[in-house]
Amino acid sequence: MVNIMNVSKKYNDKTVLDDISVDIQKGTITSFIGPNGAGKSTLISLVSRLIAEDDGQIKVGGENIKEVKSEELAKKLSILKQSNAINMKLTVRELVSFGRFPYSKGRLKSDDWAKVEEAIDYMELRDMQHKYLDELSGGQRQRAHIAMVIAQDTEYILLDEPLNNLDMRHSVQIMKTLRKLVDELGKTILLVIHDINFASCYSDNIIALKDGRIVKQGRACDVIDECVLKEIYDMEFNVQNINDQRICIYFD
Amino acid sequence: MKIRYLFITFIILSIISIFIGVSNVSIWDIFSLTEEQAEVLIISRIPRLLSIVIAGASMSITGLIMQQLSKNKFVSPTTAGTLDSARLGILVSMMLFTSAGLFQKMILSFAFALLGTFVFMKILEKVKFKDAIFIPLVGIMFGNIISSVSTFFAYRYDLIQNMSSWMQGDFSMIMSGNYELIFVSLPILIVAYLFANKFTIAGMGEDFSKNLGLNYRQVVNLGLAIVALATASVVLSVGVIPFLGLIIPNIVTIYQGDHLKNNLPHTALLGAVFVLVCDILGRVIIYPYEIPISLMVGVIGSGVFIYLLMRRRKYGL
Repeated sequence: MVNIMNVSKKYNDKTVLDDISVDIQKGTITSFIGPNGAGKSTLISLVSRLIAEDDGQIKVGGENIKEVKSEELAKKLSILKQSNAINMKLTVRELVSFGRFPYSKGRLKSDDWAKVEEAIDYMELRDMQHKYLDELSGGQRQRAHIAMVIAQDTEYILLDEPLNNLDMRHSVQIMKTLRKLVDELGKTILLVIHDINFASCYSDNIIALKDGRIVKQGRACDVIDECVLKEIYDMEFNVQNINDQRICIYFD
Repeated sequence: MKIRYLFITFIILSIISIFIGVSNVSIWDIFSLTEEQAEVLIISRIPRLLSIVIAGASMSITGLIMQQLSKNKFVSPTTAGTLDSARLGILVSMMLFTSAGLFQKMILSFAFALLGTFVFMKILEKVKFKDAIFIPLVGIMFGNIISSVSTFFAYRYDLIQNMSSWMQGDFSMIMSGNYELIFVSLPILIVAYLFANKFTIAGMGEDFSKNLGLNYRQVVNLGLAIVALATASVVLSVGVIPFLGLIIPNIVTIYQGDHLKNNLPHTALLGAVFVLVCDILGRVIIYPYEIPISLMVGVIGSGVFIYLLMRRRKYGL
């Protein structure tokens, strides 16, 4: 369980997050949606201790993240940022093996390598595992990063716009993988996502942010609602039920 | 390139290096050395070989570490003010203590090298325009400013001649008894190897490191300390050898990738081989005189550097 309690964050004088409180259930996918600059990425960076909150408290699995050692937290929680653009010449396999660093401190044992192999297969990267990251397409690189997070094998996985650079096929593939991680392995996933239809179809809960505040939170089907979406994005939505999924049509 | 071939080349060049020189010691004499020949070997030739190898390896590795930590392929002790700061440190030690011993020189030179590199890294954080060429240019300017301060004080205190011996790397003065300081680099290289994985992770950025539970600041600072210590010990015992830290790691990256742990042995060996080649050429070209190593490495190294820059335009390195 992740508990976010009265959290605020300012950059200089600009309030980015204003007194946010929300609880995230274990074993669910929770998507953060909202317009650019709503504070979604900031919130996810706070939960993953990449930046520090000004006010409030964040607990992961009942423990205040400020009181847990960073190297211990790395075994419980992983974060993949949208800005993880690496210009280093590493192979896919080398990158994925870094996911085991919190456990092995760089000296991988056979069970660490087993997790690496597993992650490579999970993301279907077997035939490109010896390629350098800079030889891959944006989508392949993103999958390699997600494989690293899988190898890190944490209970909580945070992803900041994981569908960036991906085509439909790979987007669906990633979301299905995330679903599998939750349904089969009991992981808890938090993600920032822009495509509200992906959020609608694959997440259990959605939290909608605007101007640093929570506008609406709840089950996916409750948040994907014409009135709610209009309030968040200031535009007209037409929400339809197609094959039991709530799909938004927002093209004029 | 297999490391085995590199190693064989290294051994052959080492043997050649021992048996080149004005005093005649040939490899065939090895089992029937006269007393004089044995002395030449022990006092001059072997110390020279050892300092060439250690200087070549450690300057290349400091470059590699700096490039990983700064995420820039063209940052090295030459292009980040480290060498200039180390030299300023030596000058200050000579001004403060009239007869500064090696120890005082070492401490101050290390402290200045560390401070200079640290300031450069801070500048790097502030600079928004992170172009691969622009950053090292900033570093070279920074180094020249420090250098001009050194020159100014050297003039004021009549230390110009003294200074110039640290300006130019030179192996011809190496003799047993005056070069041992360079062995300080050896344990540093071992530490570098032990922390290789952490340097690679730190090189991928602060967020990336934090996610894996790595203390980013601590690792970066340790890396800078290693660089400063190795640079100071080489500058004090041999003098400035430019370009090594710049070109050797880049050549290794081209065929080997950026995983530091795999690269360290290659970089160390290639660095040693490169300096050996330059040194042997410098000793042969105007025999029986010598061209100082900093000149040889400067000429060949800058050529290689230009090639790397052109290549980068083509392949994006």
